[in-house]
Amino acid sequence: MAGNSDLDVAYVARLARINLTEDEAKTFQKQLDDVLEYVEKLRQVDVTGVDAAAHGLPVFNVLRADAPRDWFTAGQALSNAPRQANGLFVVPKVVE
Amino acid sequence: MIGNDLTAVSIADLQLLLRRREISPREVIDALRERIEAVDGDIGAYLSLDIEAAVKEAEHANVDLPLGGIPIAIKDIINVMGQPCTCASKILNGYRAPYDATVVQKLRAAGAIPFGKTNLDEFAMGSSTENSALKSTRNPWDLSRVPGGSSGGSAAAVAADEACGALGSDTGGSIRQPAALCGVVGLKPTYGRVSRFGLVAFASSLDQIGPVTKTVRDAALIMNALAGHDPQDSTSLNEPVPDYVASLGNDLRGVRLGLPKEYMIEGIDPQVRAAIDAAVKQLNSLGAEIVEVSLPSTEYAVAVYYIIATAEASANLARFDGVRYGYRAENPKDVLDLYGRTREEGFGPEVKRRIILGTYVLSSGYYDAYYLRAQKVRELVRRDFARVFENVDALISPTSPVAAFKVRERVADPLQMYLADIFTIAANLAGICGISIPCGFAELNGNRLPIGLQLLGKPLAEARILQVAHAYEQSTDWHKVRPSIGSG
Repeated sequence: MAGNSDLDVAYVARLARINLTEDEAKTFQKQLDDVLEYVEKLRQVDVTGVDAAAHGLPVFNVLRADAPRDWFTAGQALSNAPRQANGLFVVPKVVE
Repeated sequence: MIGNDLTAVSIADLQLLLRRREISPREVIDALRERIEAVDGDIGAYLSLDIEAAVKEAEHANVDLPLGGIPIAIKDIINVMGQPCTCASKILNGYRAPYDATVVQKLRAAGAIPFGKTNLDEFAMGSSTENSALKSTRNPWDLSRVPGGSSGGSAAAVAADEACGALGSDTGGSIRQPAALCGVVGLKPTYGRVSRFGLVAFASSLDQIGPVTKTVRDAALIMNALAGHDPQDSTSLNEPVPDYVASLGNDLRGVRLGLPKEYMIEGIDPQVRAAIDAAVKQLNSLGAEIVEVSLPSTEYAVAVYYIIATAEASANLARFDGVRYGYRAENPKDVLDLYGRTREEGFGPEVKRRIILGTYVLSSGYYDAYYLRAQKVRELVRRDFARVFENVDALISPTSPVAAFKVRERVADPLQMYLADIFTIAANLAGICGISIPCGFAELNGNRLPIGLQLLGKPLAEARILQVAHAYEQSTDWHKVRPSIGSG
């Protein structure tokens, strides 16, 4: 399935937990190969000695006191759950 | 005053009428409702409205507060308590916000009435609002054209007089570009100036919330309410907030404006270029000194953006897994099936593409070549701006290289769509502020389409770009021309 880049859309989609149809995978492969070809231009840039910028502005190690405060009740946190029971989110069985 | 006029006036004018008790907040809500009923079938700006709640708030609004009794539309990616927050995605089907975003709390504290949720590209990923999974939004100036995006619903609502003002979010141009294409004002504040607590995260190192309004003064009024530190957002800056309205004036003597030569690229529509040239002359005649500057890393900005934004999106959107809120695929046979199908059925194609690209550029073996390198080039983009801002107060460019394009014209080619953001993206990478204001019209097949002028400012220099924008606006009539929708 892989195209002109190293990207294998079907494989990465599985990593990202997104099921794709074969048609979708094919279309995305072509489109993302184009995008990856376009970003190749970054290889031309000399980045020797340049620090990576995580943000545009310097913001570092913002901490707050680890103290309890009022926030959602369990009921509020569950208010949008697709399935819930006994004050818990319900999901399919994880361990056999 | 009759309905249509009430919806067409600026927030500042509305305030005068409210404070003189010539009109009541209830009348403003009623006028908006009528206007929406008349035109939103064609425009499609709103995803949801709660008129009853707005009427209730209007009944006891305090019009002497800074935004007392002013209804504000909210992009549907910002949480308003009790309201849906769909992000224009099927995956948030049924979700209702259990809390108010900080910006919504601040609007309420200033007396404003959060009024309706506006359409967007799904999770703010797009430049035309065509990636909305829920609704098509059209440009009020030409219904066959897009409103821009991703805050297309907010910009279209303000342009079509369906909202007095609105909030949008801007990750790579999503406030400024639709504002330009719809002929309204859109401000992207400095990264950290406005809290994102309660904004559904797309790319956390780029996202900012800002106002979409009919005038520059209105943008300043809303910024006065929004700006400031919020301990709930760790990237929020703890810096003093100036009075943005007080800094408005008409004299630009002593102001130095830079024209980045790299922004005068081929591919700019000739009518857009002519409008920008004329605006530069106008700013010069108001006293501003114009100098050419260079931002050599400009050509890499779009590539950097689509690596960093997708990487961050792939991490941020991992939370949409069908477990705690929103859509869940039916009858999953195990947890992997639950995740895989929920995300297959819940996300639209652009969101899937970006999550896949973002997962890839962060994956083992590719991280250094893509993500780390992009972050380093991002630093070069930031340095470019820091250097030119030693000599100029603000930069001038088109907001978008073209006026509004046709619906479906660009959807098949994501890369072409990405290049629509070429002038806006670098500001998000560098964390600086930017504003788009109307500066003319392109004539296309007998239709007038708005053109936007972008002003970029130093970090935390919103007051300066608002000042320049206001002086320009007050010396032109572009902002007074309204689309003819609903008047015939």
